Amino acid sequence: MALEGFGPAFAFWLLSAITLISAGGVMMARNLLHAVLFLIVTFIGVAGFFILLSAEFIAMAQVVIYVGAVAVLVLFAILLTPRSARDNSETVWGAPAALLSIALAAVLIFVIHDTAWSETNSFQAPSVEDLGRALLSTWVLPFQLASVLLTAALIGAIMLVRSPEEEAEDALS
Amino acid sequence: MSPGLDHFLTVGALLFCLGLVVALSKRNAIGVLMGIELMLNAVNVTLLAFHRFTESANPVAGQTFVVFVITVAAAEAAVALALAVSFYRNRETVDVDRINLLRS
Repeated sequence: MALEGFGPAFAFWLLSAITLISAGGVMMARNLLHAVLFLIVTFIGVAGFFILLSAEFIAMAQVVIYVGAVAVLVLFAILLTPRSARDNSETVWGAPAALLSIALAAVLIFVIHDTAWSETNSFQAPSVEDLGRALLSTWVLPFQLASVLLTAALIGAIMLVRSPEEEAEDALS
Repeated sequence: MSPGLDHFLTVGALLFCLGLVVALSKRNAIGVLMGIELMLNAVNVTLLAFHRFTESANPVAGQTFVVFVITVAAAEAAVALALAVSFYRNRETVDVDRINLLRS
């Protein structure tokens, strides 16, 4: 069953326009900093889609993690590399990549509109409490693995960006 | 026109393809990473669209999966950006065409 009413339809088309245009901006922007700003707008648009799909907690997590952490991390990485490395141009693979992507989009859209999806009429949005209970009971093992993964990524990132001087100091002590 | 499952899936597919072309064609390693983030977001939109519009024996599963995808994406972004900064320090470039140390 589709989302009925004027509000959801208007929100959907507005969010689609914002998200896809700013994703196009990531592709077209010549300056990498502008590309990151377009990327942030895309993340916020995707968070809007999550709210439209009755996943408010995921939308909040999207804003906090992607807009708050990942985008800032990308900005840091750009600002730590010098001005000459901020060019966002394509390699020689630009045209083949565009062709491949257009072909993939055509196939996907054909399949999406050709399939008779069995849509449900009785959707009950799970509450944040349900999500929390599921994460800590049914999916407690993946949940713990995710925390181990985050710790490993944190340590790995710190090890990777240590300067040679710091490593020499550690070797001495 | 009220949006249904196919509309959300179409947006997800288009976003994925835009991310794919960014990831495949950009010269800058950080640009490639931004393409990968776009693709992961498109996948999340698709997952939540299926969660919202189809019947499931376990109604929380869709949202749980998206939580894990976001976690792994954040870890991946941290490590990839650390790699880019570290590579810039050692080789003075983040151009993926010039990251060819293993080429004989």
